[in-house]
Amino acid sequence: MPLKITKTPKCYVGGAFIRSESGAVSPMHSLSGEFIANIPQCSRKDLRNAVEAAAKAGGWAKRSAYNRGQILYRMAEMLDARASEMADAIAITEADKKTAAAEVQVTIDRMVHYAGWTDKYEALLGSVNPVASSHFNFTVTEPCGIVGIIAADPFPLLGLMSLVLPAITSGNTVVALASSAAPYPAILLGEMLATSDLPAGVVNLLTGKRSDMISTFATHAHISSIAAAVNQTDAITLQQGAAENLKRVSLFDPETHWTSTESQGLDLIRNHLEFKTTWHPVGA
Amino acid sequence: MSAKRTKSPARELLFGDLWEFDPAPESANPYIDPRYGLFINGKFGAPKSRKYFDSINPGNEEKLTEIALAGEADVNAAYEAAAAAFTPWSKLPGAERGKYLYRIARLLQDRSREFAVAETIDGGKPIKESRDFDLPMAAAHFFYHAGWADKLDYVTPGRTLAPLGVVGQVIPWNFPLLMLAWKIAPALATGNTVVLKPAETTSITALKFATILRDAGLPPGVVNIVTGAGETGKAVVTHPLAAKVAFTGSTAVGKWIQHAIAGSGKKLTLELGGKAANIVFDDAPLDQAVEGIVNGIFFNQGHVCCAGSRLLVQESIADAVVSKLKIRLRSLRVGDPLDKNTDIGAINSKQQLEKIQGLVESGVSEGAELYQPSCSLPKKGFYFPPTLFSEVSQSHRIANEEIFGPVLSIMTFRTPSEAIEKANNTPYGLSAGIWSDKGSRVLKMASELRAGVVWANTFNKFDPTSPFGGFKESGFGREGGKQGLLEYSNLI
Repeated sequence: MPLKITKTPKCYVGGAFIRSESGAVSPMHSLSGEFIANIPQCSRKDLRNAVEAAAKAGGWAKRSAYNRGQILYRMAEMLDARASEMADAIAITEADKKTAAAEVQVTIDRMVHYAGWTDKYEALLGSVNPVASSHFNFTVTEPCGIVGIIAADPFPLLGLMSLVLPAITSGNTVVALASSAAPYPAILLGEMLATSDLPAGVVNLLTGKRSDMISTFATHAHISSIAAAVNQTDAITLQQGAAENLKRVSLFDPETHWTSTESQGLDLIRNHLEFKTTWHPVGA
Repeated sequence: MSAKRTKSPARELLFGDLWEFDPAPESANPYIDPRYGLFINGKFGAPKSRKYFDSINPGNEEKLTEIALAGEADVNAAYEAAAAAFTPWSKLPGAERGKYLYRIARLLQDRSREFAVAETIDGGKPIKESRDFDLPMAAAHFFYHAGWADKLDYVTPGRTLAPLGVVGQVIPWNFPLLMLAWKIAPALATGNTVVLKPAETTSITALKFATILRDAGLPPGVVNIVTGAGETGKAVVTHPLAAKVAFTGSTAVGKWIQHAIAGSGKKLTLELGGKAANIVFDDAPLDQAVEGIVNGIFFNQGHVCCAGSRLLVQESIADAVVSKLKIRLRSLRVGDPLDKNTDIGAINSKQQLEKIQGLVESGVSEGAELYQPSCSLPKKGFYFPPTLFSEVSQSHRIANEEIFGPVLSIMTFRTPSEAIEKANNTPYGLSAGIWSDKGSRVLKMASELRAGVVWANTFNKFDPTSPFGGFKESGFGREGGKQGLLEYSNLI
């Protein structure tokens, strides 16, 4: 039997696959202690580069809602085709193979769920407002811009995508830090996103230590909204840092059981939206 | 078309000094007590701090009354009253809560002239604005939100709205009663109870409003009003019983609050500063645009967070617009806020006047060209003439910092994309204005401007049904409309 060609894990940033600029890696082992691969240990500089990539992908918000929906659906197609490979990636740190396979299936379903939201949330969240003066007045939503996401440790695929999907549904671009305990599914996910017609830079996935990057997530001036499944100490760091440019911060329990349908839907989309109200006089 | 416009000089009506206006002061009695205590648990009482501070009329610097200075113990008493009132109030059927709000709206309408006069002598705004804008709009907010109280199942699909608990609210001095209405009406409609602190220079109408709550029979503790300055505000926003904090004011204080309550789990909405661009294209109806520009920056002496303080005018019509503006400024009447003909009243405080003066001096020293019409200002009181700056560059302080006064900075642009670039080149994102006759251009501009409120061929319009609030460093959360209710609720 020929020697297996092992894969070098790389992070998906700006549509490309990168190693950390830090040159640092952390070795990943299976549950039985066997070496599997070296995971890039991304730095603050990597995070800033990823934000730059996300900023260049602003055209995502200008895509039609229908087009964004099809691309989200394409993501589900890509993941479904490689579902067993992804389940194996989750199983590196998850002893129960059925649980790992179930996590992949829920993630696929969640992608399909949000694919259907892209051209519907606006009709539910926006409004035409009956002002008392002679004006046409309407409120529409707009994506905040760049969203910083910090995923929980458990559910390394589903926990990550449950925060990424609602953000990109409305046209935000995302810089996400994957589960620190189980980063490999995010590495594999990057390969699937790269083949799903998602424009480069819309989703940028970093691996590494949360403690290295959390304060930069909190204070980066170009990140306008954050969703994070973090503990109380990290929550304080995020909210204090967010005050520097008045970021919107949505916090989630790091122990969230993401498989529930409670972990998806309109309210999560709303977290990364701004409401814009426009007035125009009505007259001849 | 535009070439013709720039060549034809704007016509001016010359009255000379033949027809001077007679004074036309509003004479209704504002019924201001000589001293006000704190309104806690349904009644007025002396502050535990035993301290009072003077409230003066910025129009003539005379003392109006003295107002209790709430210390930490007082704020705590207010929170305890609000917490005790929360359970029965939130359990009340929505329709019954709504009836209280309808009553409040009606009682405010009944006493609107008295309140308008009080607002004007306490804050300095022209009586025609407090009478025709602040008071009717405050009543409208209560009336609008009253109707929501029993319809909270319909605000957002698949969910209903549950109250948060006690809400701490801190409001600014530019629209004292109106900001109170924006804060209290949605909080009560959704079943919360309130501790509210008005600004220290404009507490009178909030305290008079407490008598309306009493007359409406609102249960004690549902709304508590504590007065004081920054220290009192700090105690209100950081109190452990506050489930939510709502603040309208400066961006600096907003940032301080977000930092201070980090990790507390308190929900937060911030409505902060702005530096709105008012963009005039060469196809705009110029006379209407000039009126809109004047309203945009001189409404309420420019003490408006969403004021159109940066005029971006297309280069080809810049001379014509500036010349029309100068003529229009000469007919603005600055002076006694109580005079029914006054367009620009008193600056709210000495401190604010000094801030405006400082920024205007920086504009002159940085090389912008100042224009002020000659007008005589009252000897006593805080006044500032309407001011235009042309030749402003993007790096000038007057192009970046919120002046919060009757000062307009004028810049030019050539293309729509340049206008967008300049308009969005600010950390703020509260409001913006567009003047153009071309529908597709208006809609394109409206979608590109990073601002929470966009006025197209109009400016400074407000309505309780219309959500208001900012992007970026102008804060987060909305006030008004169904969107505003979400800020005071948990979705269940």
